[in-house]
Amino acid sequence: MEAALSILIGLFFAVATYLLMSRQLVRILLGIAILGNSVNLLIFTSGRLMREVPPVIPEAFQVPPGPIANPLPQALILTAIVISFSFFAFLLVLAFRAYQELGTDDTNEMRVAEPTGEASPPQGY
Amino acid sequence: MAATDSAVDLSQAMRLEPVLPADWLLVAPLIITILGGALCLMTRKNTAAQPKVAIIFLTLLVLACAGLLAHVLDKGVVTMVAGGWLPPFGIAFTVDALGATLALTSSIVALCAAVYGMTDVDNSGRRYGFYPFLLLLMTGVCGAFLTGDIFNLYVWFEVLLISSFGLLVLGNERAQLDGAVKYALLNIIATTLFLIATGLLYGILGTLNMADIAIKARGADANGPLMTVAVLYFLAFAMKAAAFPVNFWLPASYHTPRIVIAAVFAGLLTKVGVYALLRIFALLLPEARIALADIIALVAIATMLTGVLGALAQTDVRRLLGYLVISGIGSMLAGLAIGTTPALAGAIFYAVHSILVMTALYMAAGMMRALGGSYSLRELGGLYRASPAFAAVFLMLGFAVAGLPPFSGFWPKVILVDAALVGGHGWIAGSILVTGLLTTIAVGRVWIYAFWRGGPEGTADGQLVAFAVPAPSAVGANVWLPIGVLLGLVVLLGVQPEFMMQVSGRGASTLSEPMGYLRSVFGEVAR
Repeated sequence: MEAALSILIGLFFAVATYLLMSRQLVRILLGIAILGNSVNLLIFTSGRLMREVPPVIPEAFQVPPGPIANPLPQALILTAIVISFSFFAFLLVLAFRAYQELGTDDTNEMRVAEPTGEASPPQGY
Repeated sequence: MAATDSAVDLSQAMRLEPVLPADWLLVAPLIITILGGALCLMTRKNTAAQPKVAIIFLTLLVLACAGLLAHVLDKGVVTMVAGGWLPPFGIAFTVDALGATLALTSSIVALCAAVYGMTDVDNSGRRYGFYPFLLLLMTGVCGAFLTGDIFNLYVWFEVLLISSFGLLVLGNERAQLDGAVKYALLNIIATTLFLIATGLLYGILGTLNMADIAIKARGADANGPLMTVAVLYFLAFAMKAAAFPVNFWLPASYHTPRIVIAAVFAGLLTKVGVYALLRIFALLLPEARIALADIIALVAIATMLTGVLGALAQTDVRRLLGYLVISGIGSMLAGLAIGTTPALAGAIFYAVHSILVMTALYMAAGMMRALGGSYSLRELGGLYRASPAFAAVFLMLGFAVAGLPPFSGFWPKVILVDAALVGGHGWIAGSILVTGLLTTIAVGRVWIYAFWRGGPEGTADGQLVAFAVPAPSAVGANVWLPIGVLLGLVVLLGVQPEFMMQVSGRGASTLSEPMGYLRSVFGEVAR
């Protein structure tokens, strides 16, 4: 099960990396979204998978009687999902505002902060 | 269930003894900044009251951090766990001299920025949340310095990142949006790499508590998957710290926001990345640090030199300072590459110096703009006559960043060069010295162009250009005070370095001999 998920995670990372390397902002954003999800899956798989026994302690016991599913990755992923979701929302608005102001979604043409062909710094005194 | 509960020995799972009052100082910085941020948010529309609220809470923060540092120097490493659950299960806050020193320095810088912001941030900027963002940024920065749990460190990184986004786009100008896109995307990729590495580390060692990782990683095979994790961490935090070759987001964005925001960013954000590198490579994965030492040294030298060469090629003062921030990161990485206790102490001292001096320099750039009307070296000139005192201040800050005595940059460089020569790293020592020389030239150029010559470019030799007298509020006490405080600290650290040397030595020895750190987390039964 871990092996299958690892391959899926690798596929997610490949897709995300490919999208992140493109020039269009929207594609980069899609890459970020997929990257976030692949990390969530990675944390989930790192915690080792077990479907059969939920992490609930039976009434008569103080500790689980046998191996149980690992509950911690879900807590970590929940945190990561909330964070990546809010970041994604911010990035969407930022990209839209940048498109409105700069008139392009091509990262190569976003040169307002760092104009091309700037004059060299003063050289004499 | 009461009957079965009473049979449980809770002391195996929880700390039952009450928390000492002094230990609350560990979380006080977070409580203060979150409360202050919330209050500032509530008084968002009341632009006159906001700075006062922020300054009160940031003063409290400085006091809490100073108390925390005194507590740590007195007691050694201190630990507090969330909910009383014993580590490694409870989320631990573990503070050593390194974390406490950086938290204190950062809070002083934030307080100075809040005062400077009274002039630099207008009412619209205040309504859009300069002060709430500043306080919440400090929550993230302090949390990152104080936490003892690596996933918690990730959370604090995200807290400071989202606050920095808010600050960066404050004002909504075209250049800001352009810079913010690059800053945001690259920083999100860096934190995601951090999270990937943390997920893999959890998969290998099964723990997230830093002390527990330090113990388990020492027994594990360093050449296996742990090396992958270490490389991922290095890439992630090198991006955060703006080390060459993943530093291009910094000069693309740091000159776009208001100058006080750039000052805070230049002082704090990259140093949090350096802190994480020190913590992870010196304390958690020391074997990986030894294996990667050559690569870290190469990155450090390249960062130092490309940073300062980039600074020489700039016209805009703010961008020039941005490159000097990068150059300083190289010196700190050099300390990590050498890796001995004195070298780590040098890196810590350098981080404190860099936080203070880079913030002060950005604020001084804002003052140059107020006096001379521009950030461009072509358009500035003759500022000496506008304010001789300010010309002296800028020169002193320039000497400090270049590492000349008697200012704060001198001692860390002495320690680092000495440690490099003792460890047989001649290249690192040479690079630090060459960088110092080039930095002197870079800031000397600024001083000659902006202060010394008679007027802007094109002014004939010997002629003096008349000055428009700046508005009194532009260079009032709100501007002088923070620059003066920071300059005072820079001079103090240069003239009286013993205290800082002692503190950074304590921080470095906790990193290289972590018994005290481990004992603080796991009690006397440390394995």
